[in-house]
Amino acid sequence: MSGTLEISNVSKTYDAGGENPVKALDKVSLTVNQGEFVSIIGPSGCGKSTLFNVIGGLIPDYTGEVTIDGHRIDGTHRDVGVVFQEESTFPWRTTLNNVAFPLEVQGMAREAREAKAREFIKLVGLEGFENHFPAQLSGGMKQRTAVARTLAYEPRIMLMDEPFGALDEQTRLLLGDKLLEIWSTLKQTMLLITHNITEAVQLSDRVVVMSYRPGRIKRVIDIELPRPRSSEVITTAEFGHYVGDIWNELREEASRGMADAEEKLAAR
Amino acid sequence: MNRKVKKILTSPTLAGLAALALFAGVLEIAVATDVIPQLIVARPSDTFMAFPELQKEMHLFGAFWETLGMCAAATGLALLIGIPFGYLMYRDDLIGRAYEGWLAAAFAAPTVLLYPLFLVMFGRSHMTLILMGFIPGAIPIAIQCRQGLLGVSPTLLNVGRSFNVTEREMFWKIQLPAAVPTIFTGIRIGVMYTLVNIVAIEYLIDFGGLGRIVSEMYFRFDSPGTYASILAVVAVSVLFYWCFGRVERWLRPV
Repeated sequence: MSGTLEISNVSKTYDAGGENPVKALDKVSLTVNQGEFVSIIGPSGCGKSTLFNVIGGLIPDYTGEVTIDGHRIDGTHRDVGVVFQEESTFPWRTTLNNVAFPLEVQGMAREAREAKAREFIKLVGLEGFENHFPAQLSGGMKQRTAVARTLAYEPRIMLMDEPFGALDEQTRLLLGDKLLEIWSTLKQTMLLITHNITEAVQLSDRVVVMSYRPGRIKRVIDIELPRPRSSEVITTAEFGHYVGDIWNELREEASRGMADAEEKLAAR
Repeated sequence: MNRKVKKILTSPTLAGLAALALFAGVLEIAVATDVIPQLIVARPSDTFMAFPELQKEMHLFGAFWETLGMCAAATGLALLIGIPFGYLMYRDDLIGRAYEGWLAAAFAAPTVLLYPLFLVMFGRSHMTLILMGFIPGAIPIAIQCRQGLLGVSPTLLNVGRSFNVTEREMFWKIQLPAAVPTIFTGIRIGVMYTLVNIVAIEYLIDFGGLGRIVSEMYFRFDSPGTYASILAVVAVSVLFYWCFGRVERWLRPV
């Protein structure tokens, strides 16, 4: 199963009626190799979510090119599975039916899709909650349901936009462990969008630091922490070194973002 | 105490019935002691005793089903027209913006006053009742249907897109279930106004089911009979709410 993602010179400008166009991305180029775990980190307003939407095929009008194994993708693509930051489980469906959703739209028979959905529910550690509705689950369990649903789609590339962003730090670390466990089992290409430095270092092979508006790649940092990895790694000095290194890159960008936001507020 | 018994004793239904019983008891005493004049309010016990007489003389049970049937027909028609029109207003923003304000204004107007027009067109008939029930029923359904579809979370739509669902699947598997609670708010409001209009027209034109009996009892100054027939109208309303509640729970279990 191959799945090399290539982003070449991707730019995106939001043109709100011609006045004050906002350049969200400026010639972003990045290659994510098959089976690699890459995180993109940057301050608010750096175009992370725009890049996520471009790769996920949810924004069609951009310049540049996104390819998978050399094939250009336009719009949503069978090889790209998406996990959203916001609550995205269907409230009217049980965990089982949520996870089985992509299989249902593919036309898979009920028995087969339920059996397959159960496999992925087990993989994310939600066994026993198959018949629970999202309202009966915790935030972390809902996000695991969303991850299982995307995994059931069996994409070659998993694209995740701060999937654990709304969760507390401890839960986030534990779910990071779970995600690494799943990744080592399925060997998919993973691209994680995050603003959390700890999460990025804990999970990734490489961390891509983006600049504040317009979004450009500022630096790519290889994370050479040993694998298999778990959240215990955060106690090591090496981990702290990576976190410090990334923060040094980010601090200036985050300050720019904050100053820009304050300036806009003052101008109102 | 057994858990099952405790659960029954603390159930909201039982609490509601207990409150009703308490209210009836207080009313019974208030009327019996002339705190409230009997000419204005009948004693609950007299109201209860009036049911067999109403059945014997006015065929209350048949009238109950007749009013229920008229409401069901008018609501069915309101759903049949209101939901597709609400969807059209959602799909075509121009139509939506053009008509939603007018519909809301029409809903606020007392459409019951249109009854002479329908009397001229359809006479004292069931058609008049159904159409007079349909008008205030369809409007909130159409408006809430549009609002419900507009309010579907963009994230849920993006989930659908990311799985390459067709437009048809997007509607049936994501948009409609997501909009169900809002649509049902419209249905509940619509059903209420449908029932009010139908009973009011039955009352005004002395035709049909329970409204006709309320009118008859009222003009006879038969307080227990009047309240008993009003209670039958309330029963229609309760039955309708219960049915739609079940359907909603079936479509959206949580």
